[in-house]
Amino acid sequence: MPVVEKQRSDVILQYLRPKKKFPSVWCPGCGNGIVMGALIRAIDKLGYKRDEVCCVSGIGCTSRMPVYLDFNSLHTAHGRALAFATGVKFAQPNMKVIVITGDGDALAIGGNHFIHACRRNIDITTILINNFIYGMTGGQGSPTTPAGAFSTTTPYGNVEKQFDPCGLAQAAGASFVGRSTVFHTPQMEKMIMAALEHKGFSLVEVIANCHTYYGRLNKQGDPVAMVNSFKENAVMLGKAQTMTPDQLKGKYVIGTLHENKEATEFCDEYQKVVDVRMAGGKAR
Amino acid sequence: MPTPKRKLLQGNIACVQGALYAGMRFFAGYPITPSTELAEGSSRELPKIGGRFIQMEDEIASIAAVIGASVSGLKSMTATSGPGYSLMVELIGYAYITETPCVIVNVQRGGPSTGLPTKVSQSDTMQARWGTHGDYTAIAVAPSTVADTVTETIRAFNLAERFRTPVTVLLDEVIGHSRELITLPEPGEVKIYNRVKPTVPPEQFVPFVMTPNGVSPMASYGEGYRYNVTGLTHDTMGFSTNRADEIFPKLDKLRNKIMNYTDEITKIRVEMMDDAEIAFIAYGSVARASLQAATLARQAGVKVGVIQLYTIWPFPDKEIQQLTERCKAVIVGELNMGQIVTEIRRILPRELPIHTMQRYDGDILTPMQLLEKLQEVL
Ligand SMILES: Cc1ncc(C[n+]2csc(CCOP(=O)(O)OP(=O)(O)O)c2C)c(N)n1
Ligand code: SF4
Repeated sequence: MPVVEKQRSDVILQYLRPKKKFPSVWCPGCGNGIVMGALIRAIDKLGYKRDEVCCVSGIGCTSRMPVYLDFNSLHTAHGRALAFATGVKFAQPNMKVIVITGDGDALAIGGNHFIHACRRNIDITTILINNFIYGMTGGQGSPTTPAGAFSTTTPYGNVEKQFDPCGLAQAAGASFVGRSTVFHTPQMEKMIMAALEHKGFSLVEVIANCHTYYGRLNKQGDPVAMVNSFKENAVMLGKAQTMTPDQLKGKYVIGTLHENKEATEFCDEYQKVVDVRMAGGKAR
Repeated sequence: MPTPKRKLLQGNIACVQGALYAGMRFFAGYPITPSTELAEGSSRELPKIGGRFIQMEDEIASIAAVIGASVSGLKSMTATSGPGYSLMVELIGYAYITETPCVIVNVQRGGPSTGLPTKVSQSDTMQARWGTHGDYTAIAVAPSTVADTVTETIRAFNLAERFRTPVTVLLDEVIGHSRELITLPEPGEVKIYNRVKPTVPPEQFVPFVMTPNGVSPMASYGEGYRYNVTGLTHDTMGFSTNRADEIFPKLDKLRNKIMNYTDEITKIRVEMMDDAEIAFIAYGSVARASLQAATLARQAGVKVGVIQLYTIWPFPDKEIQQLTERCKAVIVGELNMGQIVTEIRRILPRELPIHTMQRYDGDILTPMQLLEKLQEVL
């Protein structure tokens, strides 16, 4: 067992930026680190060249992740990661472009870019770490804060309803959509691998703990207690299909929820236009 | 001798032609009057040369994509008008701090807000300097004719690449929508500047290294340098910092790389100023009217000249000071409630009368109006 442990952490260390001053900004036990580990292992297993990977993010605790990783990295402005990533991918279609984003970053301020990136089905893998709250700014409500839940801006309980990021992505045109949690790390790792290998827009939503704010304000306990609750409340897609909406209340349906390998991809389609025009094709 | 290529072009399309000449390979934009022909023209032309055009979901996304494409190595541009420029300003600031070359065209219309969508204005002149929050130094250029639009757009790209900074082209509705017969430059006729690339091996690469002229060689993603780009104030490695000994140099660099080289940036046109007692100071479409007014006044024996600003920012302080040394008065015409005139008041001696001619009803200033003003001043 110790041998396996060592190998694992070696892989992680290999992909951390040598010149970046650690420690990270994350609270000890934050779910973001677990996702970062899974992402590194997924990329390592797929054998991608580091120069051909670009991680793009917005602003938030989650969005700090690209800064620690030894890839091309673009840490942008709050909500705008997918718009920047669209520029990178379109300019360099051979680059593996990965967007790391939080629920506020992707779905509130960045909601418009999110649905339009899905609609274009541009070949970008988005890892959305959903901790149900704004971590970086100290625990305000987010578009995924459940109805009734507490945050520093819903001190009497949230009166709004939450977004389902996966349903939203699928409806908007994303061709790969999956959900996992920071408890289900082997599944998460495989899902990230599948998403990275998928051609088209892929979304992996990872349910994660922000114990510092969401956990504390909603009395969900320490990181271990929160991660255990993800284990208890996760339901595999197959099982979920046999359950009633009432039974599914408060559960997280996990697994690959949607996959369409036939959908055309934005950069490919544009390249076809370029090929015709460069060959002297006449405009209609 | 081959006949030069004469073309009847609209100002907005001339801007696209200038951009292509300068090497533009990426355009992202969102339609808005009176700039839309820039997006349409780019969508037609770019695929023909292997370039890329994308209509984004809004102007914020457009400038974001432009910056993403520029760090990926493509010369990139977006075009908009006031409302869109207002949406872009946060990310124009991102381009300043990350030192990402790009060109933003603002075909000005009346404002604030939706304002006068189809009417001319110069009321975004100060926004081009101060639009985004924080401390930074801006470059903005202002053509006054369709022919100028080609040369100034090329210059905007060259300045963006030379100084690693966003550059704003301040067009206005009248120039953008005018059609004039112009001659496009032949290939090789105008010098094209490309960003300096690193020559060191990746292990030695310092992405925001301090250099004598303040401009750090810029690697593109995918070239093996794998560096970090962030909008947080950063050290020379591109990692965020809170240290005074790293913050001061970074912000000083943003200023000094431009302000120590204004000679390379400033461009003004000086007409009939040798013995001028009165100077028209103008830019954009008002510069044309000023030239016409001055020519007519000269025929009547009035000693009047014109200083036309092609570079608006950084403001050409010393050039204007020198040129107006012997003047008895200046007249500043603008299509706004007085923006550039505040700069002129700042730099000229208190004793020198500064007259203004301002129009902000969405119409142009005519040579006759400027002549009337001149008559008042005389
Ligand atoms: C334009 C803008 N508005 C607001 C902020 C402040 N802000 C920074 S991070 C953040 C929310 C982050 O929440 P989320 O995306 O869920 O990420 P987390 O921190 O939870 O990982 C906000 C509102 C900002 N940086 N920029
Ligand atoms: S505040 Fe929450 S999301 Fe941010 S690092 Fe701490 S635990 Fe993680």
